[in-house]
Amino acid sequence: MLISMDVKKSFGAFALAANTTFSGDRIGVFGTSGSGKSTLVSMLAGLVNPDEGEIVLDGECLFSSAGGINVRPEKRRIGMVFQQHCLFPHLNVRSNLRYGYKRCPAHFRTIDFDTLVTVLGLNDLLGRGVTNLSGGEKQRVALGRAILANPRLLLMDEPLSALDDTLRFQIIPYLRSVSSEFGIPYLFISHSLVEMRLMTDTVLAFDKGVMIGQTTSEQLARNRMGSSQVGYINLLKLGCPSDDGTLYAYPWGTVRLLISAGSGRDSSMAELSSKDIILFKQNPEAISARNLLACTVRSLFNSGRKIGVELDCAGNTLVSEVVQDAVNELGIVPGSTVFAAVKASAFRILPG
Amino acid sequence: MIPLTSTDYDAIRLSLQVAIAATVLSLPLGFGIAYLITFVKFRGKIVLEVFVNLPLTLPPVVVGYFLLLLLGKHGWLGSLLNDAGIRLIFTLKAAVIASAVVGFPLLVRSLRVGMEGIDRRLINASRTLGAPWHDTLLTVILPLSIPGLLAGSSLMFARSLGEFGATIIVAGNIPGVTQTIPLAIYEYASSPTSETMALALCLVSVVISMAVLFMHELLVRKTARRD
Repeated sequence: MLISMDVKKSFGAFALAANTTFSGDRIGVFGTSGSGKSTLVSMLAGLVNPDEGEIVLDGECLFSSAGGINVRPEKRRIGMVFQQHCLFPHLNVRSNLRYGYKRCPAHFRTIDFDTLVTVLGLNDLLGRGVTNLSGGEKQRVALGRAILANPRLLLMDEPLSALDDTLRFQIIPYLRSVSSEFGIPYLFISHSLVEMRLMTDTVLAFDKGVMIGQTTSEQLARNRMGSSQVGYINLLKLGCPSDDGTLYAYPWGTVRLLISAGSGRDSSMAELSSKDIILFKQNPEAISARNLLACTVRSLFNSGRKIGVELDCAGNTLVSEVVQDAVNELGIVPGSTVFAAVKASAFRILPG
Repeated sequence: MIPLTSTDYDAIRLSLQVAIAATVLSLPLGFGIAYLITFVKFRGKIVLEVFVNLPLTLPPVVVGYFLLLLLGKHGWLGSLLNDAGIRLIFTLKAAVIASAVVGFPLLVRSLRVGMEGIDRRLINASRTLGAPWHDTLLTVILPLSIPGLLAGSSLMFARSLGEFGATIIVAGNIPGVTQTIPLAIYEYASSPTSETMALALCLVSVVISMAVLFMHELLVRKTARRD
């Protein structure tokens, strides 16, 4: 998917300007509330008209103020999953799912209804009214409805922000299936860096109505480490834990991590802030932190007043943050060996 | 047992006929105008709103008089219809038109309240799912307007049953032809000996109105349950 946008839009005091071209199948639009993300995607979907400019998707002009072109939303084949589920309350789950499917021209229908229902786990819900579904079920039906319309691009406008933390991580695999299972490129809008990193490859960052850059989600997280209150969040893929008596031992590649919280699943994701990793130049031998990992420094990067240290931990990657003085005192340079100490309670196992 | 004459029965029948016809005929136009006012941006919307609501604030007699001017033999529309061999004044059709005009603002108001309560994002969702505006109108806006439609229809029906001022001017008070319940009561009340007859028709009026309101409540509850 290749999108080229050069648009301007203002509402009262707010003005949005974007002039960018981007391509990819998993694109993120990142920014705080009020930065213009939703306006941008609404313009792509045709729900909001730019004041001036041009929008071109895969060579087809969708909007051009100069050329007098404005393709209607129903003709754009751009699906949308909204922050609120926006399911039709007068229709049951099946009819909601089939709403877009029925309106999609036959030659574009490539996604099979039954396959989708199975992938999204909606089999038991089909005959039910939508008002009685749980938040997560509603969002899954909304996602299914958008996918079944067989769009050429799916816009997800903060689809997780109305869900609680547990549900959020349960829904992410379904959202990712849009691209992995159904081959539909998507634009994922969020103000959460973790969601960005789980969902997207390329990210367009917006601030106060202006696009400030196009980068990878990983790079964006590193850039924001210094100014973020939570630091850089390391996302660790862990295996099935074993009970160690007081703690749980999780395999992380070939490394064994001791973590306070257990998980009944075969694999889990854990968050670990760059602030919660303490570096030692030599093995401190005895410390209270239950995890002491021998690492090789891969690289250093600046982020605000902090220095990010990318560590190679038996093939795994870990990012720690320190100040310049610490870098000097420990003599941290690429290739040097350090010991990273992490408390068992510093990890947060993501629900899912 | 309430003593009712055959003229009274005619009045009851005519009242129901007028109220049903006025409501049914107004529904499509009322829906269209409520849609325009709620969802479409256009110049002069305020003028349309004022015109639609005007019969609500004008005395019905004034509405009736304007209708008489419009539909009368020498009226702008009346002369055209007269040429085509259609006479409206002092017929049941005129009573229906009078009721429709007077009750129309109530229908449009209720429909508007219902439509304004529809989440715009549902309409956006339907558009992004491939539905053109007319499809969205029929498959999203119309079904979600049903509570407003029911409320508006009941109000309009009830208002039509009670319509007096405009009707007596354009349709007259002809027993068996244009005499509805309020007109018949008016006639009884004008005569010192017909107090019982007037009261009997008043009771009939109360029963019909209550039946309409009960029906309305039941339907509203049914649609609310379905949601």
